[in-house]
Amino acid sequence: MILKALFAASATAALLLALPANAAELTIGFSQIGSESGWRAAETSVSKQEAAKRKVNLKIADAQQKQENQIKAIRSFIAQNVDAIFLAPVVSTGWDSVLKEAKEAKIPVVLLDRDIDPSGKDLYLTAVTSDSVHEGAVAGDWLAKTVAEKACNIVELQGTVGASVAANRKKGFDTAIAKHPNLKVVRSQTGDFTRAKGKEVMESFIKAEGGGKSICAVYAHNDDMMVGAIQAMKEAGLKPGKDILTVSIDAVPDIFKAMAAGEANATVELTPNMAGPALDAIAAFKEKGTVPPKWIQTESKLYTAADDPQKIYDSKKGLGY
Amino acid sequence: MTALLPRRGLAQILALIVILAVDRIVSPQFFDLRLQDGRLFGSLIDVLNRGTPVALLSLGMVLVIATRGIDLSVGAVMAISGAIAASLADSHGLPVVLAAALGTGLVCGLWNGFLVAVLGMQPIVATLILMVAGRGIAQLITEGRIVTFSSPDLIWLGNGAVLGLPVPVAIALGMLILTGAVVRGSALGLLIEATGGNARASELAGVGTRAMILAVYVWCGVCAALAGVIAAADIMGADANNAGLWLELDAILAVVIGGTSLFGGRFSLVLAVLGALIIQTMNTGILLSGYPPEFNLLVKAVVVLAVLLLQSPKLSGMAGIAARLRRTKA
Repeated sequence: MILKALFAASATAALLLALPANAAELTIGFSQIGSESGWRAAETSVSKQEAAKRKVNLKIADAQQKQENQIKAIRSFIAQNVDAIFLAPVVSTGWDSVLKEAKEAKIPVVLLDRDIDPSGKDLYLTAVTSDSVHEGAVAGDWLAKTVAEKACNIVELQGTVGASVAANRKKGFDTAIAKHPNLKVVRSQTGDFTRAKGKEVMESFIKAEGGGKSICAVYAHNDDMMVGAIQAMKEAGLKPGKDILTVSIDAVPDIFKAMAAGEANATVELTPNMAGPALDAIAAFKEKGTVPPKWIQTESKLYTAADDPQKIYDSKKGLGY
Repeated sequence: MTALLPRRGLAQILALIVILAVDRIVSPQFFDLRLQDGRLFGSLIDVLNRGTPVALLSLGMVLVIATRGIDLSVGAVMAISGAIAASLADSHGLPVVLAAALGTGLVCGLWNGFLVAVLGMQPIVATLILMVAGRGIAQLITEGRIVTFSSPDLIWLGNGAVLGLPVPVAIALGMLILTGAVVRGSALGLLIEATGGNARASELAGVGTRAMILAVYVWCGVCAALAGVIAAADIMGADANNAGLWLELDAILAVVIGGTSLFGGRFSLVLAVLGALIIQTMNTGILLSGYPPEFNLLVKAVVVLAVLLLQSPKLSGMAGIAARLRRTKA
């Protein structure tokens, strides 16, 4: 990883030296959090692709999960007088002074994936994030539509207790199924967003619900827990995707593999493409002066077996998930 | 009254029976067993199967603690060996995969043992180094992704069955017997206890304390590596961010529940494994109970406190005095 990053950095530097940026070309600095998860790695690779598509010169600074590195990166972007700065903030507070510096230098800042403390609202142009309550709602709506009038007992694999994403995805799902009295969450336990815990918790759900016969669907707050749960169902002699419906969130490559094998039914995408909408907003702002809304919500797209899961798996697996 | 005093192992067996009884109450089908694809299936089997990683860790940990040491790096070693096993699984045979993974555990153990026995570092600090660095090494191997594999041999190690028992359980049982035969079948166990009881006196009496300490850390590393391979085989992938995370604490807890003192000098392998089973019986019970997950840690803490109180010689001494007083009054 380090070697790769070094190589990328030196390659970018060499490129910059060799080809002085075209005047019409935008140069954007992106302060990325680091490589905390597979999704984050995918976000970085998709950002590069999206920038290349629009012929934007994107400089990525890896902060290794440290706010001080991000602040340093932003200051160096200001010193280089870039056209815009993208920031995926590692924490929500402590950005006021550095963002003021960017504002004074008249460099617009776009937040990616995460929001910051409300006190700094006038310090950035817009934030591109996903709505995790909406993600849960999309999952709930799909399940309600799929089972229609049939009574359905749902078991839920929650994310880590106390994580805001987990609370939001639960809230969205609960609100969506509240309109359908035939849908009921009978068991809900945390699987800590991991495969191993997802499997262990699903094993206990199956035993507690008469060998799994009374379970009609599983809802997991992320795909990794669902991959574990699918193994637990198979080991119990159940057919996931047929005996028990599955719906989860994130759209990581491995869930598409399960979907292609008929063992998973649906997933809601947390898109790694936050840079695309951000780049479009910056282009419009620079060219026509269009001020984007304060919040650009990314699409929470639903994928099912009807969407050629094998093809999506092939296209996603190279992104670094 | 002496019968009520905690004879070795009595408190642990009592605790296990009580927790099993509570599990039976929260989940009436707790003791149901059936065969599923040639493998026993039921909550009791889940307890054994899910308890395997901690049981394996506790087998190494109990020996380290007996020398008055501690090994905080076992969770990280699990992550490294799992990552190595998963990366090699689809290109190499099972013997190579196992040798590489267990060899890594051995090297990790040697490193810890070297820091403690040769350089004289305090065990908690020495092993903290690998605890932090080890997870980073595992993440470098997997590049932060979950590395999946499809080698049927390695998957069998996590999901297969031997005479109806899950393979991980059979492995843990085998390791318990092997470790027991080596340390209790010879004077080795005694020498380890002597090292922990008084290293200087043992040294003067001719015990190679340095070699003893080195050996227990190596064994602890190998046990952790085996647990890591099983954890990876179980989910058919290596998750470097989460594999073995915080399990070093569960392993230490299992050893302590098993009545081994953190001050070293004596140990019991069987009771340490029993301690691991007590922890898992409780975990499985919590999952079956249907309580909201916010209660998980609270319930766990209360049960652990109760089990440790049950073992406390002071407390049972007080109970004995109270009973005698009551009898004299009557």
